[in-house]
Amino acid sequence: MLSLRNLHARVGEREILKGLSLEIPAGEVHAIMGPNGAGKSTLSYVLTGRPGYEVTSGTAELDGADLLTLAPDERAARGLFLSFQYPLEIPGVPALTFIRTSVNAQRKARGEVEMSAPDFLKRARACAADLKMDFDMLKRPLNVGFSGGEKKRMEILQMALLSPRFMILDETDSGLDIDALRIVSEGVNALRSPDRSLLVITHYQRLLDYIRPDRVHVLAGGRIVASGGPELAHELERDGYDKFARAA
Amino acid sequence: MTAVKDTVEQVAGLEKYEHGFVTDIEQEFAPRGLNRDTVAFISAKKGEPDWMLAWRLEAFERWSAMESPDWARVSFPPIDYQDATYYAAPRTGGGPLSLDEVDPELLKTYEKLGIPLREQEVLAGVVGAPRYAVDAVFDSVSVVTTFKKELAEVGVIFCSMSEAVREHPELVRKYLGTVVPVTDNFFACLNSAVFSDGSFVYVPPGVRCPMELSTYFRINAAGSGQFERTLIIADKGAYVSYLEGCTAPMRDENQLHAAVVELILLEDAEIKYSTVQNWYPGDPETGKGGIYNFVTKRADCRGDRSRVSWTQVETGSAITWKYPSCVLRGRESVGEFYSIAITNGRQQADTGTKMIHLGEGTRSRIISKGISAGRSSNTYRGLVSAHPKAKGARNFTQCDSLLIGKACAAHTVPYIEARNGACTFEHEATTTRLSEDQLFYVQQRGLSEEEAVQLLVNGFVREVLQELPMEFAVEAQKLVAISLEGSVG
Repeated sequence: MLSLRNLHARVGEREILKGLSLEIPAGEVHAIMGPNGAGKSTLSYVLTGRPGYEVTSGTAELDGADLLTLAPDERAARGLFLSFQYPLEIPGVPALTFIRTSVNAQRKARGEVEMSAPDFLKRARACAADLKMDFDMLKRPLNVGFSGGEKKRMEILQMALLSPRFMILDETDSGLDIDALRIVSEGVNALRSPDRSLLVITHYQRLLDYIRPDRVHVLAGGRIVASGGPELAHELERDGYDKFARAA
Repeated sequence: MTAVKDTVEQVAGLEKYEHGFVTDIEQEFAPRGLNRDTVAFISAKKGEPDWMLAWRLEAFERWSAMESPDWARVSFPPIDYQDATYYAAPRTGGGPLSLDEVDPELLKTYEKLGIPLREQEVLAGVVGAPRYAVDAVFDSVSVVTTFKKELAEVGVIFCSMSEAVREHPELVRKYLGTVVPVTDNFFACLNSAVFSDGSFVYVPPGVRCPMELSTYFRINAAGSGQFERTLIIADKGAYVSYLEGCTAPMRDENQLHAAVVELILLEDAEIKYSTVQNWYPGDPETGKGGIYNFVTKRADCRGDRSRVSWTQVETGSAITWKYPSCVLRGRESVGEFYSIAITNGRQQADTGTKMIHLGEGTRSRIISKGISAGRSSNTYRGLVSAHPKAKGARNFTQCDSLLIGKACAAHTVPYIEARNGACTFEHEATTTRLSEDQLFYVQQRGLSEEEAVQLLVNGFVREVLQELPMEFAVEAQKLVAISLEGSVG
């Protein structure tokens, strides 16, 4: 599914990713943990094509196709989704309008027929109910005046409605209380399937109690410095990142 | 919400300035230049009574002694007023005709512009035919006014200004120039001397006008200007919603459009006045050509509890100089101004409003959304004033500017004058650059950069678009999208 080889990337003059390699097969959930400034968010932006994040060498492929030459919207249409650490507010554009526009833009790009308004509404209602969101919230401008937790739920709602194949969760757990964390995690788990993969970026083991990863990687100094099973997350929680940060 | 929903789909395939064509039709012109004879020529062409000619000539004398204003934040070379034609009319048109008498070439023009003149369809009950009355002004004359008969049945007069001068002189003499005096300003004074056509509306006491009224202004002839004059009177307890639209061919020369619009509201009357202005903006690269849109619009809320709202979507013109204003004379009268002003390429706009609170308990509301892109300049200029008698006056102003790109400019120039201690004025202003973060967020969800800009801009202007009559909101939204094409990247 996702294959990163020796990826180097910089923001301005600063090199942040320094030879990152990672393979995430279809159907698997991988977690990336690491200290602040290790390059976790940079990785998510490099993958999704944010302007200003320049890849200087290495490759990134999704299902064998080169991601790096594609515009952000083209990557999205191929099924790449990023749940933002800090979701943006879009004044004047109701959430429903925003999501439906996105769904249909992606469908159009893939040469599929657009989703009709009634079908979309039906799905949106169901997803909102799953995430225990008040449907009226979807009629308000996207994320404007929403709490941190509400914004994160809205990200997962968008993810569910866009049904991407490769999902990146960038610190989705930050700003969520225990109940919200459980609901959001259930929403994410419902999307797990043999042909979908998930990259979970987090500081804390807590989220991984809910979204069980197949593999855990430690990102430090712009590279993957350790990989292991779910037990690695517990080890990190206990011992901290120090020894890995030194290794980097 | 419907207005915002379909933009992205609609925008694909629209041309940049799709109204830039010229209609090839035989026209007659006034001799080039401006003097007493020109004024007399126009008056004679329109078969006006002596009092009208005298009024015009008086205006001409006053104008001759005036100077062009220079306080606005716009710049243009001096206009040679002798090097223009002040009257241009299709040869067939001696005034509004019935639809079957109108030159088919003209009907084709309006069809191409998407303006429905086919009242027969509506009268015959054709499903989906738009039901609003149109006065179509082509250069200096009104070529047709639809639904006049249906409107007359409820007592509403809707006709061209020229016709009103001939047919309803008592109303015209009573109200013309009482809101915008002849010498109000340089361009209004020029208009008073040479005004050609425009619409006249009178809604009698207690009548709610049964359909939307609209005037569609088209400049076609080269080397001419358009000097429309519109007068709308809503008598006691009357209501009318009126919309004007404007387009012009693409030409290398600058053409002057100096209009005057006067609204009069008696007790408990209400007028909603909307404008979708899409004059040719000039070449985006060189700045060559385009319309100079120098317009004076004012509403006089004479009656208690009367209520007026101006909604404008300004996307075209090389230069816009325009401040639709409300004189809130009647007790508890209400004035509203909702504006979207978009400049791109090398356009310049200096636009806003004046809310003059004279009466007790008067209220006003200003929502202005300015968008500048390309190398354009966009200024909001507004005055809110309360006179000593306007106790309890309230105003809320919200003035937002959005910048797209790095070479454009936005300015906000609010003037506030409170001459009594019992009024409440609130002013909020924001200036933001279209955020890269937002753009990326939207693109990550699957929209192209251009679509992302359109979505964000539509969100930015939504509050104002909602004030437009439904039929025009979608049109206006398309226009917003087209105006900003090529503004990123």
